[in-house]
Amino acid sequence: MGFVLAALHILPWFVPSVLHIMIMIFLFTVMGQGWNILGGYAGQFSFGHSLFFGLGAYVSTLLFINLGLSPWIGIGFSCAAGIILGLFIGFLSFRYGLKGPFFALIMLAFAEIFHMVAMGWNAVGGALGLLIPLKGNSPGVMQFLDKEPFYFITLWMMVGSLYVVWRLEGTRTGLYFLATREDHDAAEALGVNTFRAQMMAMAMSSGMTAMGGTIYAQYLLYIDPDSTFGVVNSVEIMLRPIIGGPGTILGPLLGSVLLTPLSEVTRLAFQSYSGVYLMIYGLILVGVIMFLPDGMIGFAKKAVSRVGR
Amino acid sequence: MTLTFVVESLLNGLLVGGVYSLMAIGLTLVFGVMKVINFAHGSLIMLGMYTAYWSVALLHVDPYLSIPIAFAVLFVIGASFQKFLINPILDAPEHNQLLLTLGVSLVMENFAVFLWSPDYRVMKTSYAGINFYMGDVSLSLVRLLAFGFAMLLSAIIYLMLTRTDLGKAIRAASEEPRGALLMGINVRRIYLITFGIGAACAGVSGAAITPFIPVYPYVGWLFVITAFVVVVLGGMGNILGAFVGGLIIGLADSVGAMFLPGSMKSIISFTIFILILLFKPTGLFGRKNA
Repeated sequence: MGFVLAALHILPWFVPSVLHIMIMIFLFTVMGQGWNILGGYAGQFSFGHSLFFGLGAYVSTLLFINLGLSPWIGIGFSCAAGIILGLFIGFLSFRYGLKGPFFALIMLAFAEIFHMVAMGWNAVGGALGLLIPLKGNSPGVMQFLDKEPFYFITLWMMVGSLYVVWRLEGTRTGLYFLATREDHDAAEALGVNTFRAQMMAMAMSSGMTAMGGTIYAQYLLYIDPDSTFGVVNSVEIMLRPIIGGPGTILGPLLGSVLLTPLSEVTRLAFQSYSGVYLMIYGLILVGVIMFLPDGMIGFAKKAVSRVGR
Repeated sequence: MTLTFVVESLLNGLLVGGVYSLMAIGLTLVFGVMKVINFAHGSLIMLGMYTAYWSVALLHVDPYLSIPIAFAVLFVIGASFQKFLINPILDAPEHNQLLLTLGVSLVMENFAVFLWSPDYRVMKTSYAGINFYMGDVSLSLVRLLAFGFAMLLSAIIYLMLTRTDLGKAIRAASEEPRGALLMGINVRRIYLITFGIGAACAGVSGAAITPFIPVYPYVGWLFVITAFVVVVLGGMGNILGAFVGGLIIGLADSVGAMFLPGSMKSIISFTIFILILLFKPTGLFGRKNA
């Protein structure tokens, strides 16, 4: 592990051309991990995580444009906004025992409502979106002329997200998540406060995804409703853990390592058919659901235990 | 805002609502029988629209003759979708079925982009310019016809379900698959036919609106979420509920369009969706804890 991390730290000096792809891999691992806490560990599949991604991107950007607040502080507000919205939706849904496809659809509906509001409300840029005012190379407001700083920011955010989930697996809270996922009623009967466990998972998930949104906005310096709240982003975020292995620490990373270069390369190769990568995503998703329902890591684990026996 | 305008919007909302009803009937039928939420329903509507568009553009058939063609094409597509993809995972967790249909819709939509480019295509038909007037209120012929065809197919499906042996078998398989199997009903075949009919509903509703709505590969997204809203409003699996729900959502959308900017007109129906899911997930006509 330490070796891989050290190698990743010197990588920018040897192969600078892959920086963009690496940043995208790290960033989507962070957000995939956010989805994974709620979907993989607590078993609540969300079809609308672009909601938190977009919220994070818009909150820090609006604070910077209107109040001049540095995104370094803004990211905290983004995270808090994500948590508050997540807890609100969680409170509404989990209190009524909403789960499975219904929860997935309600998340989709909330994401679509925010999408429509962002499109129609000119104070937040409307359909044209928001350009973040350029300040040159100014680390104080998270703007850099080079890609390296973002490489290290996203790398360490990813390490942080992996660490959080690794720690989570060993705690009582983490076990409550798993119990809630495996059998909601049995967990309740054994005294697990499933509502509280789901709310915890929701808060961690939404906060982590919203922080990813802020970094995305600062990296591209431009956001619009489609590229943040759009359904495609929900798909991008959830596909990584699902393909890598939901409910595993490394699942989102593995999924991201696989999907990110695929989408970036096919986007370059078939420029006029920008949707080709989504078609490949769809094929992979269908294949994984039919043949590897526990994702790649789940499949590997099963194969290992079969050989061991 | 004049009275004429209000009446006209409400009537148009009702006409579009009839098409929503048919879309939702297809979705709710599949859910009721197989307990599968078909996320690819919007893509099936899109395929129905392209079927109509190409029938008119290449084969020069009448736009309304393309409706039976769309029915047949989509029935076959739906039945094969069920046979090769849904059937093998009928016992998988619900969210995996949802994800599978999402994957299929990604493939269909982006394959459509690949085949037919993302351009908007408008069907050219002589019907499009015809309007009826009742006093100051005008109604376009194509919308009335779309409504009429949607009502017709909805009625046929309802009669088929309540009056025929096939309908009886479908209802039996939906209520108690094992029992139906023991009674000698070929449940697998029923599933195949039901999915085919569900897809055909999507195809016909798509073909019916093609004369006044441009076709493009992602057009299904305009309708699939609306169809979910209608299905949930009417109660999952409830055909009559979906019928009434479609009309309600059509009206709600037209009211939204009167007060809100264009891109936000669906907020009312989405809010209804969230409220229903939260407070009465069994739908307007559902029994408690059904």
